Amino acid sequence: MKPKVAFFDFASCEGCQLAILNCEDILLDILGLVELVEFREALSEKAPRYDVAFIEGSIHRDEDIERIKDIRARSTFLVALGACACMGNVQARSNFVAPAENYKYVYGEEARNRVQIDEEYWPLWGHTRVRPIDKVVKVDFYLRGCPIVPGEFLHLVKSLLHGTAPHTPPNAVCVECKKNENECVYDRGETCMGPITWGGCNAVCVNNGYVCDGCRGVLPHANIPAHKTLMLEKGINDADIRSRYRLFCSAEPAAKGA
Amino acid sequence: MQNAQSKTFNIDVHHVTRVEGHGRIRVNVRDNVVEDVKLCITEANRFFENFVKGMRPEDVPWIVSRICGICCVGHQLAATKTVEDAMGIVPSAQTILLRKLLTESQFLQSHVLHVYFLAVPDFVGVPSVLPLVKTHPDVVLRALRLKKLANDYTAVMGGRVLHPMANTLKGWRKLPSKKAMEEIRDRLIAAVPDLLETIAIVKTLKIPPYERETEYVSLKHPDEYALYDGDVYSSDTKSSVPVNQYRAVTNEFTVAHSTTKWSKWHRDSYFAGALARVNNNFDQLRPEAKNVAAELGFKAPCYNPYMNNVAQVIEIIHCAYNSIAMLEQALNMGLVEEDLTFTAKAGEGFGSCEVPRGILFHNYTFDANGRCSGGNAIIPTSQNVNNIEQDMKAFVPKMLPVMSKEELTLHMEMLLRAYDPCISCSVHMLDVEFTE
Repeated sequence: MKPKVAFFDFASCEGCQLAILNCEDILLDILGLVELVEFREALSEKAPRYDVAFIEGSIHRDEDIERIKDIRARSTFLVALGACACMGNVQARSNFVAPAENYKYVYGEEARNRVQIDEEYWPLWGHTRVRPIDKVVKVDFYLRGCPIVPGEFLHLVKSLLHGTAPHTPPNAVCVECKKNENECVYDRGETCMGPITWGGCNAVCVNNGYVCDGCRGVLPHANIPAHKTLMLEKGINDADIRSRYRLFCSAEPAAKGA
Repeated sequence: MQNAQSKTFNIDVHHVTRVEGHGRIRVNVRDNVVEDVKLCITEANRFFENFVKGMRPEDVPWIVSRICGICCVGHQLAATKTVEDAMGIVPSAQTILLRKLLTESQFLQSHVLHVYFLAVPDFVGVPSVLPLVKTHPDVVLRALRLKKLANDYTAVMGGRVLHPMANTLKGWRKLPSKKAMEEIRDRLIAAVPDLLETIAIVKTLKIPPYERETEYVSLKHPDEYALYDGDVYSSDTKSSVPVNQYRAVTNEFTVAHSTTKWSKWHRDSYFAGALARVNNNFDQLRPEAKNVAAELGFKAPCYNPYMNNVAQVIEIIHCAYNSIAMLEQALNMGLVEEDLTFTAKAGEGFGSCEVPRGILFHNYTFDANGRCSGGNAIIPTSQNVNNIEQDMKAFVPKMLPVMSKEELTLHMEMLLRAYDPCISCSVHMLDVEFTE
């Protein structure tokens, strides 16, 4: 029997689901090997159980928590799809500000008060805190990045179809960048998260003239103090380093006290 | 005694599918009277406008592209223009040409996805594109070919398909190679037969005969079909206002049933998107696109919202031919590396461009240290939701005598999808549930 696969999205740009739709060359082959039972972006159908549930987006409200717990209870494997699901991503920056302040800024004080006392719609507006999904439910596999790398998605699907666990080596982006023979970003006087960031993206941003912003999250056992010292020695100031640690929120918890 | 024909029901489509984002449609009908119609936008808040505070100018466009995966190019470009406006940066002709290429690649990508994956299944009466793999394999394979071409085009211009990193303030971090641009040009030329087949399938679609005139808002440019740049034009006043007056256009307000803010300008609501653009700027379309409009029976101005999908096909043709010409132009001029340095300063900037789903506004301020001190982004769907709800409010009573609640539900979902809603910027889709 073909494994039942489903996709769900929470707060996100839905770009990671699009990245999967963008695997045009092999999309039909994959669809031949699995049974796609829920994919809101392309499909109107729904199903009771899933062998693999891919979750895009971060958790913001009580109603999101109920929904992800329900999906978890009905899934054999649960995969965090992309930076929002894996670590909260850019929107986790709003955790540095009280939700009421965010509402006030975006909707205005009068509107904030009005919508928040409307009982019927309160669940819509009950923003609490931005969390990656593993703060709420158990996650079996992580597909990192903003957006995900389609090759890693395919590797995961192939592994699961074969009944094996996917292997994602904990290499730094820096390693992949060196293999691509890019000029070191530090020599251009810019910040770079490459030395402490999970690889797997083939350093795509540096290859295209940019720097690494750490959208794939900080490696386990990353040496944050050494990373920070390195950047200071390269003449990058403290404020810029801190701003970079916070940009995708990947290094902020790890960098505390660094 | 209750009339046997009397209709009393609720429609509650909790998660609308085949849209980008989360939305919900609620309809209450009692004794043949439509008591209430609501389009609820249930997307969780992300607060981009507040969390951009503290960012460096060049980081803002890079991060706000994450507002939406499908319109990521448009968000990035609108934000880039906005920050440049605040910094007093005037980009070169080369940079503007590259940005227009990036823009049109996104229109091709998004419109092909929308027409084939989201809309066509409705018109042929299947729940998704998947059954079409068996029944219409040629259609699905063509859709995938066209989508791949458009995606590769974006990747060549921007570095990758989603959240491209090559574009930044003043110009390109890494220029696209001559060879890669030539390849895209040649593939676009070779795609003409596929594009003509797209027109053939659209010809067979049965568009519901529903019309409601509304205000159509889009950019307008004196010299070209406005996608990357222009002033804000209204079909009601037949005149434009500059982009920095955008608040007078959008007049945002909140409703409790939607986490996205709603907009209105000269009347209760307005329409943004392909239909608004084609209506407002028809004369500036390429001749090939005008011919397609004639072939598809599209006459501007058109007041049928379901025709938005036809307008998208007209734009696909426009962008394909225009891209071939612009790629030729870029290849002939020969791209050169440009100096991207600038000094961050205090200021406020305004920027707008068209994205596939309509007009998009960004607005940022920067403090004396050149750090972002606040932002505002008004996305096309948040401008459209009000108009979609107005359409539903007009559509339901009109069709109630002749449609079952199931048909009504389907047509409202189709209507929502016809607008090309990109609700992820703030919203998501529907499930249908009736209680009587």
